[in-house]
Amino acid sequence: MALLEIRDLSVEFPTARGWFRAVDGIDITLEEGDLLGIVGESGSGKSVTMLALMGLLPWIAKVTAERLSFDGRNLLGLTPAERRRIIGKDMAMIFQEPMTSLNPCFTVGFQIMEQLKVHQGGTRAGRRRRAVELLDQVGIPAPESRLSNFPHQLSGGMNQRVMIAMSIACKPRLLIADEPTTALDVTIQAQILDLLTSLQREQGMALVLITHNMGVVAETAKRVNVMYAGQQVETRAVEVLFSRPRHPYTGALLDALPERSEGRRRLPTIPGVVPGAGDRPEGCLFNPRCASAQERCRSERPSLEPDGEGAARGRVRCFYPLEGDRPTGARDDAGEAA
Amino acid sequence: MTPGAESRPVLEADDLARHYEVKRGMFGGSATVKALAGASFTLEAGRTLAVVGESGCGKSTLARLVTLIEPPTSGRLLLDGEDVAGASRETLKALRRQVQIVFQDPYGSLNPRKKVGAIVEEPMVINTRLTGPERREKAEAMMARVGLRPEHYARYPHMFSGGQRQRIAVARALMLQPRLLVADEPVSALDVSIQAQVLNLLMDLQEEFELAYLFISHDLSVVRHIANEVMVMYLGRPVEQGTRDAIFQAPAHPYTRALLASTPAVDPRHRGQRIALKGELPSPLDPPPGCAFHKRCPFATELCARERPEPRDFEGRQVACHHVETLDQPAPAAAS
Repeated sequence: MALLEIRDLSVEFPTARGWFRAVDGIDITLEEGDLLGIVGESGSGKSVTMLALMGLLPWIAKVTAERLSFDGRNLLGLTPAERRRIIGKDMAMIFQEPMTSLNPCFTVGFQIMEQLKVHQGGTRAGRRRRAVELLDQVGIPAPESRLSNFPHQLSGGMNQRVMIAMSIACKPRLLIADEPTTALDVTIQAQILDLLTSLQREQGMALVLITHNMGVVAETAKRVNVMYAGQQVETRAVEVLFSRPRHPYTGALLDALPERSEGRRRLPTIPGVVPGAGDRPEGCLFNPRCASAQERCRSERPSLEPDGEGAARGRVRCFYPLEGDRPTGARDDAGEAA
Repeated sequence: MTPGAESRPVLEADDLARHYEVKRGMFGGSATVKALAGASFTLEAGRTLAVVGESGCGKSTLARLVTLIEPPTSGRLLLDGEDVAGASRETLKALRRQVQIVFQDPYGSLNPRKKVGAIVEEPMVINTRLTGPERREKAEAMMARVGLRPEHYARYPHMFSGGQRQRIAVARALMLQPRLLVADEPVSALDVSIQAQVLNLLMDLQEEFELAYLFISHDLSVVRHIANEVMVMYLGRPVEQGTRDAIFQAPAHPYTRALLASTPAVDPRHRGQRIALKGELPSPLDPPPGCAFHKRCPFATELCARERPEPRDFEGRQVACHHVETLDQPAPAAAS
């Protein structure tokens, strides 16, 4: 049985012009020890998907799913009290801004021990021992003296380590990291990514890494979910996704990276911007920006279909997927400003 | 303009430094933070110098000095051949027109209560005697040049996406035909596809107007794409300085190597063997003696802890490291 199973998850928010579908038809299956990367630009719904899973969305949001189960338990039918027993214990999350995710009024030691107290109880001395052990595990030097530090006394990288220590305190089976390194410097980013992947390997937990950085995904993930405007557009093993992307959006996104410009001075770009709440197009959501869009793409919305064989097996939401080894999706930009 | 102005560098800095006095607690004395200590470089028209480093390395302080927001504590800064230190108010005012800046956050750098037209025209209101219609004509021409449509003139910044706001900021910066544009992390707040649009725009404008760019960034893949020369900084001092190809193909300084190796490669088949750089940046208030990098450096010796290395020539670039000749071959992960 899969650890996490999401079938047809949608999240809607009420707006002045009716319900806005921020997340549309997400399917994710995650086994123990999986490492899934979710990439997408801002507004693609990657964070909202995971917040819905954690039950952290505001009450006005309407979450619907055919199936949303963790370890065989249906998350949609839980009472808030039952959900709180799972969140933070079996399922934990790390956020982008370590400075704002920690409470500035309490020491980091208190915040880690509070987590342990709620979920595991035990004695005070035992919790303290465990907190020191955790800080040591995430690579904080002199952990005992750090317990009495407040978040403002630590650097961004150290605070992110504290966040990770908190999230792994109860040995979760699923850890969701939402842009865990975006606010950090590049050498610190490398340290944090190494830490997360080694924890994932050692503890056999499943890790979901949400990011907009293609490099971070390429370096860490096993499988990748590409999201666009609230929809999954492509899911595939990481090597195949980077060498033979099938969805035009994935291809264009890869082409726009300066690393893949191969000496060309001009970068291929994707014209226009991600559609917002008011301007979702008819048909395929990517069609106005897609180089290979046809008549059918403008009227009919494609569904997420199985695609490819063997190691290249994945799913893609496109009527006319890309062929060949080199991504060819992006068109050259001519000073557009749509 | 005087003869020979063409070959004269737009920007010359010689041992440029900026120190700040800070109080240490209520009863403590004051201390000096050497935010920038001894940067020397030249920048010619049509060229891009990228300044690379982590937070606290002095990149933004350098930007503040070059844009004449703050005077240097010591060292020489020549803009267009004119020494900033001895310049009169009049000269400074004229010099400020030559240097413009584009900031990192396009959401914070545009006044939300002004229309785009007013934002783009403001430099001309302050610095020129053009009439309203003349200003409008120039503003519309520049907006068209950076890829904004005429109807955007009467809109407010909140109606634009991040990429388009950055276009507005670029249009505003270019209104006075500067010779030098300081770009302080201009694309790091943007999504990948938008980032490519803005980078293309910056490169087109550079070609068209012979602009010199001082490009401040922590994103090495962007720097590799756009820069001609690169200056890597650590704790206020340049540690390695040279042409882009020299630095990216064979980084010499241990910090440059670590920085390159830490940058994730976008090819999952070549997952980099990262040099796990231990520890974090030391506090600029209390920099370690000797080489500022020695506590994190895998090659550090006793000499590094005692004596600060001065920049010297090594394989076509400047490197500040005692042991650069004896380090082994550059890390393979960086050359991918």
